[in-house]
Parts: sequence; C-alpha cells; structure tokens
Amino acid sequence: MNRRDFLKNTVKGIAGIALPLAAFEFVNPRELFATKDDNAKVRWGFLVDTYKCVGCGLCVKACKLENEIPYDANVSRTWVERYVITKDGKKYADSPKAARDGFTTGKIDLGEGKFQEIRNEDIEKAFFVPKLCNQCENPPCVQVCPVGATYQAADGVVLVDRTWCIGCGYCIMGCPYGVRFFHPKYLTAEKCNFCYHRISKGLKTACVQACPFGARQIGNLKDPSDPVTKIIMTERVGILKEEYGTKPQVFYVGLDREVK
Amino acid sequence: MKNHVFRPLLVVIGLIVIALIFRFFYVPKDFGVHERGYMYGWYRQGNIEDWRNFSVKYQGKDSCSGCHADKVENISKTPHAIIQCENCHGPAMEHPSNPPKLVIDKSRAQCLRCHSWLPYPSSGRSQIRGIDPDKHNPDVECVMCHNPHKPSLEGLT
Amino acid sequence: MVHGELWTVKELFVYPNEYIYWSVQIVMYPFMTGLVAGAFVLSSLYHVFAIKELKDIARFALVFSFALLFAAPVPIILHLQHPLRGINVMMTPHFTSAIAAFGIVFSAYGAIVASELWFLYRKHFVDIALPLKEKPDKTLGEWFKFIVFCTLTLGVYDVSEESLHRDEKAIKVLAGIGIPVACFLHGYAGFIFGSVKANALWMTPLMPVIFIMSAIVSGIALCMLTYIVTMEIRKLVAKKKSASLPRHETREELQSAEINVIRMTAKYLLLFLVFAITLELLDLVFRGYTAVKSWDVLRSIIYGKDFTDIFILQYTVGNLIPFILFLLPNLTIRRAVLAVLLVMFGVFMMRWNVVIGGQAFSLSFAGYMHYHLPIIPHDWETLKEGFFGALGVFIMPFVLFYFMIKIFPIFDLKESH
Repeated sequence: MNRRDFLKNTVKGIAGIALPLAAFEFVNPRELFATKDDNAKVRWGFLVDTYKCVGCGLCVKACKLENEIPYDANVSRTWVERYVITKDGKKYADSPKAARDGFTTGKIDLGEGKFQEIRNEDIEKAFFVPKLCNQCENPPCVQVCPVGATYQAADGVVLVDRTWCIGCGYCIMGCPYGVRFFHPKYLTAEKCNFCYHRISKGLKTACVQACPFGARQIGNLKDPSDPVTKIIMTERVGILKEEYGTKPQVFYVGLDREVK
Repeated sequence: MKNHVFRPLLVVIGLIVIALIFRFFYVPKDFGVHERGYMYGWYRQGNIEDWRNFSVKYQGKDSCSGCHADKVENISKTPHAIIQCENCHGPAMEHPSNPPKLVIDKSRAQCLRCHSWLPYPSSGRSQIRGIDPDKHNPDVECVMCHNPHKPSLEGLT
Repeated sequence: MVHGELWTVKELFVYPNEYIYWSVQIVMYPFMTGLVAGAFVLSSLYHVFAIKELKDIARFALVFSFALLFAAPVPIILHLQHPLRGINVMMTPHFTSAIAAFGIVFSAYGAIVASELWFLYRKHFVDIALPLKEKPDKTLGEWFKFIVFCTLTLGVYDVSEESLHRDEKAIKVLAGIGIPVACFLHGYAGFIFGSVKANALWMTPLMPVIFIMSAIVSGIALCMLTYIVTMEIRKLVAKKKSASLPRHETREELQSAEINVIRMTAKYLLLFLVFAITLELLDLVFRGYTAVKSWDVLRSIIYGKDFTDIFILQYTVGNLIPFILFLLPNLTIRRAVLAVLLVMFGVFMMRWNVVIGGQAFSLSFAGYMHYHLPIIPHDWETLKEGFFGALGVFIMPFVLFYFMIKIFPIFDLKESH
C-alpha cells in the first residue's frame, strides 16, 4: 500500500471509530445504568392538608408574584381545585383563574361562560385541593425532553433550563398532572420548582409561607426528624394518580376518591 | 480502478465531522450527565446556579417585625395573626429601599377570599365567619367598616 | 393570551394550565413524514423486489420523496416556540425521548435518499457536465450549470458499463437499508404519541405500527396521484407545442399514465390499507372491551364529540369508499384519482383524530377542550399555526419537486436503471 492510501485509510478508520465513541459521550453505559444518587442529604417533599385549605387563593397570588408569572395570564405554577358533591350523587369541580382570586361564590365555573348554581342544602361534601408539581421520583416530563432542557437536580426538584428549551411542548404533554405550561413571555416550558431559589437559602416556598392555615408544608424527606416527614411517614396520606408509576412526592392528607 | 461507490459515504462523513466541530463550539462545556443519570440528569450544570440566584420577593412576617413590631404585635392578638403581612401588602422585596412604600390591598375581593361564606362542611372554609357578598353591603369596600388589623366585630369603626 | 389559549375552548372541569398545545402543525408533521416514508417504500418495491411494472413510478417516487424530505421538518420549525434552538435536538439529544431520534433518523434517511438519487442520476450529471467542460466559451447560465453539475458528479466521471452496474447494486443495497429506515422514520413518529402514558388516547403499543401502515398508504396514494397528474400535464404541454408548430406529438408524449402501473400500485395500497384499518379497529375494540378508567371520557369523545370526524370522515369517506372504488373491477384512471384523493384525506383525518382527539379531553377525565383552527390569520401565530400555515406546508413539496426535476429529470432520460 502506498503512503497516500495509508493516510486515506487511517483517516477513514479514525472517522469511523470517532462516531461510535461520540455516541458514548451521549450514552455512557455505566452512567446510564447508575442507580440514582442515594448519598444526597436532601430530598424535598410536600404535604397538603385538604381539611385545612379554605380556598383563599393567597398561595396562587404569592406564587405568581414571587416567580414572575404574568398576573393576568391564565396559567399558574400552582392552583387550587374545588370539589362539590351533591346529595343526588352529582360531582362538580372547578378552578376559576387557577384560584388566583380565591373562591368567592358558591357558583361552579363550568367554562364557556356558564355557571352552576348549587343550593346549600344539596351539598353532601365539598372541599379544596391545592395542586402543584409533584417533583416525581420518576418524572415522565424529564424522560421525554428531547434536548436535556428539563432535568432533575440531586435533591429531587425538577427544573427547566430557559436558555436551552426549544419549546416543543413534549414535556407538557408528558405530565399526567397537567402542571406544566408555556411561560407567556419566555416561551419556554414552565412549572412549579418548589421555589428552588428560596428553599436553597433555607426559606419556605412562597405558597407555604403565604398560606394562613398551614394547608401547605414543605420538608426534607431524608430527615426523619423533619415534622413534615414525620406526618408523611406516620399518618395516612395519599398521592395523585399512582397508577402512572411516576412516584410523586407531594402527599395529601384527606385525599378524597373524587379528586381528579 | 477505485470503487466510486463509497463517494457519497465520504460526503456524509465529512458533513458529520463539520457537525461535530460546530457542536464543540455551540454546546456549553458544563452540559452533560450529572446526578440522577442520563435519563433524569442530562443538563447544563450551570442552570442550577441560575435558579439559585433568582431574586427572592416575599420576605416574611419576621422581617416586617424588624421595623413594624407594633403592627405585628397588635395583629398577633387577633384571628388575622395567621395571615402574612405580604398577603395584603404585596411582596416586600427590598423594602424600604425598593419599593419605598408597599401597597395596601383594600379591595372587597381580597376579604371575600376567606369571608365569603361557603357551606362546605368537610372543609375549614365553613368555619370562617363570613357573609353573602351579594347581600351584605355589595359594592362597598369591607375596610369602610372593618379594620383588617383589628377585625373584631365588636371593634367596628 | 398564553400559547394555545386563542384556539382552545374549555368545557367543564379542565386543569388551569391545559390548552391545546399541539395544533394543526403537529397534525401536518406525521402526515408529511408519512408521505416521505410511503414514497420511499414505493420506490424500493421496484429496486429491491424488482417488480418491473413499477419502474417508471419508482424513479418518480424517489425524487418526490426527496422533495418531501425537505418539507417535512417545516411544520416542526413553525410549531417550536424557539425554532432557532431546534438544532439543540441534534447537538444534545436526549435519547430517552422519542423526539430526539429526529436528528439521527432524518439525517440518516436524507443521506440514503440523496445517495440513491446520486447513483440513479450520476450518468445524467456526467452527460451534462462533460460537454460543458469541453466548451471554451460559456455563458453565465452555462457556467452556473457547469458548476452545479460538476459538483454533483462528486468527481466521478466513469460511466462505463461496469461502473453503471456497480451503481445498480449500490441502489439495491441502499433501497434495502432504506426500507427499515423509512419505517423507523415514521415509526418513531408513532412512538412519540404511543409512549405518552399521560394521554389516555395516545397510549398504546399499536400506535407506531398504525402510523407506519397508514404512512405507506398515504405515500403510495400521493405518488399515484402526482404520477397521473404529471403525465396529464406532459400531454397538455406537448399538445400546446405541436399546436404552434407543424408537427404531430410523438407516441411517447401522448402517453397517459400506464393503467397497468396504476392497477398494480393500487393493489399494494389496498394491502397496506387493510393492515392500517385492522390495527385501528383492533385498538378501538380493545379499549371498549377492557374499559379502563379513561374509557368513559374516551367513549364520549370517540362515539360522541368526534363521531363525525372519526367514523364518517376518516373511516367511511377516507377508508371504506376508496376501498370499494379500488376493488370494483376494471379500475380506471379517473376512479383511481378519486380514490387516492379520498385515501389521502382519510390519512390526514387519522392524524387529526389522534393529535387533536387526544387533546379533546382533559387530564381530569371530567372536562373537554374544543379546537378552533384559526383560518383567517391576524398575526404571525395564527398564520403559522393556522389553516394557511398547514396549506403552505402541504404545497411546499410540490414547489420543491418542480425545481428538483430540473436537476433530477423524471422523463426523457436516455439510460435509466
């Protein structure tokens, strides 16, 4: 073989090997099969007490202002749902403007400008259910992000990189809880991140701090002496949509079977 | 006679090399697999710090009592002690330097959040003393008669 | 207004952040990639399985597949909230996501089709480039033509019998590899939907297969249609020419689309149509039989709100009627044109019913969302995600095809493989 052919073949060979090696940069088998980091000292968990929630919506207002979600936009990182079950077995649920202004009327918002009046004597049970991102242990939204713009930090919070998100919306479609949306200004995927900037400084999340009734609590699930963790471990709590296998980390006291 | 059949393959390999060179400059250096593995931890590491540095707006009641101890003291003797100052006065941010004055939400809607009575027996809502907003002085601000810092009905202004 | 709010009307209990985020452009994307895959499979039926009757349409289908390939990513670019960051999918792909496969699959497929075209048209490039090379004084137009075709030869000027024979073998190999890649190209689009466990309508392992089958159906249908139309246009052009000159048209110029080619291709279309319908009905029957938690709301969508879209428009107009039209004896060109138009409409409705239908109900299973496609645009968003945006995407491959046949001619080629 002459020198020219040798050089040509060497270049081809290197190029040929470089490609599968480049693939390993994306997919390192060791890292791919690595178990999740069990050495992390903090794993954030949230506790919602649906008996205590009165539907005042101060949490939603605080969240919007703290996290710079445009106040009049019809999206919110967190919201409160109202459920009313009447004596004849009918079920009603609504969340007007994500409960940003609370619930000030007994009329149920049915959408398309229609409202349902319910007589007080017909109510069998009624309650409020705050909802937010569950920061799942197996977050399906992170799994479906095509570019690595959304991810899970070591302490369990799922975050979105606003500089990298392409705005495809796959994560929004992938969330079974409907907590994600497009930020009206940044046009990237957006969701509750447990006020990561606050909890990292030892503060409580905006919604936890704002709630006058203690319906919302945040704690470290890895700390057995944390009061929130104690409740979750010792009292009867429920989680949302367990059948999807997401392992959500927001726990509900008094979770009713009607909650959607 | 060399085999011309591989000519398109060379073009493809050339394009891939160009793409990889572009990638070297385009993708931030801290982008990679971090804790939680490739499935859940494929991201730009610097973003964590970006989020940590996001500005805090709500300061909490403890920071208010630094200067407004009397107001905090008074309201702590009433049922409204459980409400954060910033729920009605807006986020403190860097008050008093920015903003120098906080808002006061005196609207009827603000009070109705809790005090529009709803007959929900299995919820704490029905325990809060409230009114029917359509019947009880509609269109009048609640603060015309009630003092939020001293909401006792016996102490109406 | 937040993205999606403009064309979404919510009914009953819908979560506050839910809107119809994946609108008409996400319907167009699998439709277009389906046409790409189908056109390529049709072309490969000749090159790999040597079905001689398909020779004419095979070359046609390959060039059209290439034109479609450039049009296919356009709906995605129009849909992305940050289209300029679209390149991130190729730069930092997250392969746990089906969408990340886009970069690899599209590039691989593009490389295969481009290479196959090169082998097919190599002699044509040389035949044009060489005489221009010899010519001493070139006009500006000729210089441009020379540069383009010289580059296209990739420096290979050997057009001996032996080299052409090698070309044929290479085409066969590429067509062979290309079939699974084309299937992957559209299968992954089906996987994008089928793997979303959060969406009760989309979640089924059958989704990728259903998508592939209906993609092939639409691709074959489109090629048949464009082939017939192109032959008719040729006839018109030839007639016009001879009207002004004292000459008669040649037999070749007056030739319509070959009825035998149409009939043979129709048989393959029917085969894949049967596969597609079977799988879709299987999915429906299974859902009704197992009746899991989501069945109540899905039933109200499938048999209620979307009944017309699904059973009348897609199954009857788009599947059953063309099925009958194709099966009736002595298929004529006119009947074939009607049937393929209906088939393509049916495939489009299938994509619509999956994408829009999947967002017609809330995650709460207790509410609905109605999609109002923006028709008259009043800003950039209502244009790009509205009727005219979709129409533009559909027309684009035809426009590209018109320019492409100047480089890859489909008629009057002296030597064809």
